[in-house]
Amino acid sequence: MDLKYTSQQQAFRIEVRNWMQANVPSEPLKSFDTEEGFQQHREWEKTMNEGRWGMVTWPEEFGGRNLDLIQWLIFEEEYYRANAPTRVNQNGIFLLAPTLMEYGTDEQKARILPKMATGQEVWAQGWSEPNAGSDMAAMRSKAELVGDHFVINGQKTWSTRAVYADWLFGMFRTDPESERHRGLTFILVPLNAEGITVRPIPQLDGLPGFAEIFFDNVKVHVSNRLGGDGEGWKVAMATAGFERGLMLRSPARFQETARRLVELYVENQASADQDPAIREAVLQSYMHAEAYALTTYQTACRLNQGGKIGPESSTNKIFWSELDQDMHATAMSILGARAELLPHAPAAEGVGRWLDGFLFAQSGPIYAGTNEIQRNIIAERMLGMPRL
Amino acid sequence: MDFTFSEDQILFRDSVREFLTNEVSAESLRARWDVPGGRSKELWAALAELGLTGMLVSEANGGLGMNEIDFVLLAEECGRAALPEPLVDTVLVATPTLQEAGMDEILTAVASGRSAVAVQPTPGALVADAEFSDYLIVQEGSAVYLMKSADAKLELQESVDPGRQLYTVTWDASNATLLADGDDGTAMQFTLFNRGALGAAAQLLGLSQRMMELSVNYTSERQQFGKPIGSFQAVKHHMANVAVKTEFAKAPVYRAAYSVAHSLSDAAQHVSHAKLAATEAATQAAKNGIQVHGAMGYTWEVDLQIFMKRAWALSSAWGSRGEHKARVASTVFGAERSLGAGQTFASAS
Repeated sequence: MDLKYTSQQQAFRIEVRNWMQANVPSEPLKSFDTEEGFQQHREWEKTMNEGRWGMVTWPEEFGGRNLDLIQWLIFEEEYYRANAPTRVNQNGIFLLAPTLMEYGTDEQKARILPKMATGQEVWAQGWSEPNAGSDMAAMRSKAELVGDHFVINGQKTWSTRAVYADWLFGMFRTDPESERHRGLTFILVPLNAEGITVRPIPQLDGLPGFAEIFFDNVKVHVSNRLGGDGEGWKVAMATAGFERGLMLRSPARFQETARRLVELYVENQASADQDPAIREAVLQSYMHAEAYALTTYQTACRLNQGGKIGPESSTNKIFWSELDQDMHATAMSILGARAELLPHAPAAEGVGRWLDGFLFAQSGPIYAGTNEIQRNIIAERMLGMPRL
Repeated sequence: MDFTFSEDQILFRDSVREFLTNEVSAESLRARWDVPGGRSKELWAALAELGLTGMLVSEANGGLGMNEIDFVLLAEECGRAALPEPLVDTVLVATPTLQEAGMDEILTAVASGRSAVAVQPTPGALVADAEFSDYLIVQEGSAVYLMKSADAKLELQESVDPGRQLYTVTWDASNATLLADGDDGTAMQFTLFNRGALGAAAQLLGLSQRMMELSVNYTSERQQFGKPIGSFQAVKHHMANVAVKTEFAKAPVYRAAYSVAHSLSDAAQHVSHAKLAATEAATQAAKNGIQVHGAMGYTWEVDLQIFMKRAWALSSAWGSRGEHKARVASTVFGAERSLGAGQTFASAS
């Protein structure tokens, strides 16, 4: 055990810090759930890619730097310290890309990854269906192989970023006789294909952060199948593993929120201390963010040495999503009567973006597999408790 | 940056776990509750044989010359086994202090298994295992003393955990050796306290896992409504909540061991975070553990009580939650604070 950064890792941190200082937009971008904001975020991805900072863990041939997970964590720390824009292509770079690296053909990697890296192609995910939410294996959207094309019919929903995104990855039932986890295939679908209707769904903040997608005889070339026919579940589980495992929510994000929460508390201490629970909650937030960082470093070091992510990674998603909710709820308590103001309200000075964060935090325990499902996974696969 | 244990450290941990599983069964623990003294010289000698008592003792004094990072996994195992013998306090708290004070003879006696050393956490505090131990490290004001336990007046104070033995200690400074006083004494007290709290945190981590295992086993067997109760979500989620708290207590405890081993400037804060996180995990494991055991969990007969009671005791030993929160708060809210992304390992680098 050696908890010191190497001089190379320290130099890397400085390199990232300098680049971020020079390149992060001084004015915050508009929300990527608006058309204008989406384009701004796409531009930012392009800028990142030009500096080869888009995804530092990727192989160099796809625009990456072939760096390990510790360097990725350092990158993320500097990224969040610099208050850089949220990654509009996070479905692509954090979820699909690792799956592509594992299951994609060389042709698919060469075709998809470079455009993903530049933000030219932004990805949405298509898992949930109206009757397949937590029970994902109940999905019914069909893909029938006709010649060298799939013909897709059905409906997906809660598809994040789908309103402005270019592509979608998801699972479709290719064996009409199949049940549950069998007979599903992982397919990549261009969202501009004929027969696709995207119906935006406004989220809690009123912006269309997700969408329903209707497929009416949509033709997709078979080269867009990821993994084998009927292997969709296995491929998707790899994606889900990354999602709740390591990549989707790096600790830096929560550590920065915890830091801002401490500052908010200190600035408003006289009024905040009227409720002793607030100081306690701020302290807990700091420790939990720190625990998440420590645990992630431990996992990253283990993976660097050839270890695998196991079912214990389900604990991550519960931990950070509840932490995020708690931190924002505490901030709202500190802000008191001003907490309800939208950031652009004239009287909202000093309120910052806590309300945005608070609203978004409500989704954390729901998306990427509800925390109830995660608890089932922990109980059954990590602790070995009996299935119902 | 390498936040993993070496293969040797893991293998040592595994062999100690196997030893404790065989030698410190629940039946043997119960048997010792009824025996005066309740401690086993034979077991202590066997622990010494494994090298455990002398792990942090220099090789010159017959020890293994290892460090706190090597030992933290073993302290966790002591918790898992609810080991009654004062191994963790002797090794993690007493021997490094005696090493610093040049107490070669006592160190040799500890490494060979002839002696144990009990430590008073703070001036006036109760001392665990004062009678079994041949030597005591005691405190008064800002002074720290070493003495033979035979020269002190000990009074047993029965407590909730029948495997624990707490004593009030009355003593006369003329019978004791001054180890440090004044600023040096305060510094030594601070070090003793950090080491003790680290040891308690590691044991709580082990206790939490043991209670989780007992509860998972029980709920996988116990049938109601024609099914194992562990198949019901309400029961599963109780256990999952314990697993989450336990998973996120591990890294803070291991980091605290590193910080103590390397005398980092924020070691005290790291230890307090570790103690708080491990306490949270273990008390949740106790609370949810007894709940899923139902009425059985409330009995003397079921073994869960052994580990619950140790967890309850250790959660306030070596610093209450309030004391540890205050220590973390002094850094987090202090004027010199340096928080946020990228700061986690700042003091190590």
